[in-house]
Amino acid sequence: MLELMQQIVNGLSLGAIYALIALGYTMIYGIIKLINFAHGDVMMVGAYIGFFSVSLLGTNIMVAMIFAMIACALLGVIIEKVAYKPLRRATRIAALITAIGVSLFLEYTTIFLLTPQQRIFPQGAFPVHDYNFLGLSVSNKDIFIFISAIVLMIILQFIVKNTKTGKAMRAVSEDKDAAVLMGINVDNTISMTFALGSALAAAAGVMIGVYYNTINPLMGILPGLKAFVAAVLGGIGIIPGAMVGGFILGILETLVSGYGNSLYRDAVAFGVLILILLIKPTGIFGKNTGEKV
Amino acid sequence: MRISRKVVLVVLMLFMFGIVAGCGGKAGGGEEILVGINAELSGAVASYGTNARDGAMLAIEQINAEGGVLGKKINAIERDNKSQADEAMSVSADLVGKGIVAQIGPLTSGNVQGCTLVMMDNKIPLIAPAATAVNVTVNEKGETLDYIFRVCFIDPFQGTLMAQFAYENLGAKTAVILKDASSDYGKGLAEYFKKTFTEKGGKILAEEGFVKGDRDFRATLTKIRGLNPDFIYVPGYYEEVAPLIKQARELGITAPMGGGDGWDSPDMIEVAGKANLNNTYFTNHYSVQDQNPKVQKFVKAYKEKYNKEPDAFAALAYDAVQLLAQAIKDANSTNPEDIKNALENIKDFEGVTGRMSIDEQHNPVKAGVIIEFKDGKQVMNTRIEPK
Repeated sequence: MLELMQQIVNGLSLGAIYALIALGYTMIYGIIKLINFAHGDVMMVGAYIGFFSVSLLGTNIMVAMIFAMIACALLGVIIEKVAYKPLRRATRIAALITAIGVSLFLEYTTIFLLTPQQRIFPQGAFPVHDYNFLGLSVSNKDIFIFISAIVLMIILQFIVKNTKTGKAMRAVSEDKDAAVLMGINVDNTISMTFALGSALAAAAGVMIGVYYNTINPLMGILPGLKAFVAAVLGGIGIIPGAMVGGFILGILETLVSGYGNSLYRDAVAFGVLILILLIKPTGIFGKNTGEKV
Repeated sequence: MRISRKVVLVVLMLFMFGIVAGCGGKAGGGEEILVGINAELSGAVASYGTNARDGAMLAIEQINAEGGVLGKKINAIERDNKSQADEAMSVSADLVGKGIVAQIGPLTSGNVQGCTLVMMDNKIPLIAPAATAVNVTVNEKGETLDYIFRVCFIDPFQGTLMAQFAYENLGAKTAVILKDASSDYGKGLAEYFKKTFTEKGGKILAEEGFVKGDRDFRATLTKIRGLNPDFIYVPGYYEEVAPLIKQARELGITAPMGGGDGWDSPDMIEVAGKANLNNTYFTNHYSVQDQNPKVQKFVKAYKEKYNKEPDAFAALAYDAVQLLAQAIKDANSTNPEDIKNALENIKDFEGVTGRMSIDEQHNPVKAGVIIEFKDGKQVMNTRIEPK
């Protein structure tokens, strides 16, 4: 029983990381129907900015996270303007392939500039305390990452549902041309979406750096893919869905490692993706809306 | 017409080169023994080659100071292979042309494999100081390559040494293996560990794995915590092992943990943390802290000559030269064929990196050292002789 409880705790903190990345993924998809495969790599850039902020400028972790979020918001806007905007009228597959190109570009530029060696996040940046409840070990970083994920989700949900920008986003998502006729600046709205999504990725990157201590230029690939699975599982484009999908995936992986074979973990995660696409492609929270004819 | 003239020219040049090289060999044949040193003196792994060259030259200097071998002085020809396998091959061809009786080096497994064909065709023995990949001395059919030898143990052998240490020195009766399942290195060490540990009477409670790039091991570790083993064997590289050890200690696992030389990195201490690393051990070829008088004598001589501490590459290259000298003595001949036969029959040769006997696959059966992390420092725990 204790072991199961511990595994659930492990699963929740792993799931919080997936959820955090999945939020940005699902938001960009929700607005412009683009699966931004570069999302995991924006997260990596965020982790590096956080790292340099802490190690070179000596800032604390909160300031580092704000730096990373601002820088990545800018990066997100630039990526959108340079890579995706010229393709807005092109097929969706063209945009998708471009996203993969952007992803590789970010990875290998970082390798070129900063070497492929891993870097160690300064331990002093976030003092870790372990708490022990009747044999159940939980650390303050587990709690920190869990609460951050939930708070960010609530803020995001609020922006999308209750602000003017959010209203514009939803309008653009529904019908771009009609939105233009209603006087909405579509370019600015899409830029805003990328800025917000990339800032979330940066926050996730810094948290992962703190959580696992090390960062490297290819750290975004696997968590990025897992977050994609989480977003699809919850229903891509739906903000609470990303959250729930992330937690389910985290707990599932943990249980597979804990009670099955640790080497089947990734196979199960991607098996889930295939299953959900076969059975309910809109995800857990998705409504079955028929294609408009 | 033009082609044939070119061919004639090439043949002629080769012929002339052969005469020149032959002359050189003959001229030196009387008083000195020519030994080739094919090392990575520049390029990606220049530090391996430079230190190894220094170790080998120290050995040659010492041998010559004591009157050489069979009354002849050793004359070393050192060449840089630029850390590239194809360059290593042409260096070998050049050295063979100069009439060497044996070659020391290259250092990395890939570069040694670059030379294999040249050495086999010309029937000149090669002694690799530090090539640890299993397939360096055997071909794809598993047959031993006649002229390729090494003085380092193969990677998986570290599993054998650690199993012996865990069972006998730490008194572990049960163990869990948590291996890097994405590398031959991790799988090989795990296999040898399992074999030796069970042969000694120990019990493997579970065999788990992770893959390169993993950063979250808590699910598997929680499972291992429930099994409560006496020892946890983690053959892998420091990028994954360091966070793994940290997470294990955070989950309250206090059992001793061990691994191979993939743990040997300053990053281990920074990532895992000093306190978390206490009670963890890894196997290595050699330690500069070894109090064995032979080691200390070597360390002192090396420091006097080069003003730096000898690393494992220097020690292994030193042993490679000493082993060659021993083989020449045993053979009582400087003929490469006789040297090869003598190398195959080496028994209980006392090297700096331990006593070694060459087995039928040309791998030494030899001792290793156990390094312990103590308050953030690497401390030599003991030397393990294989039994």
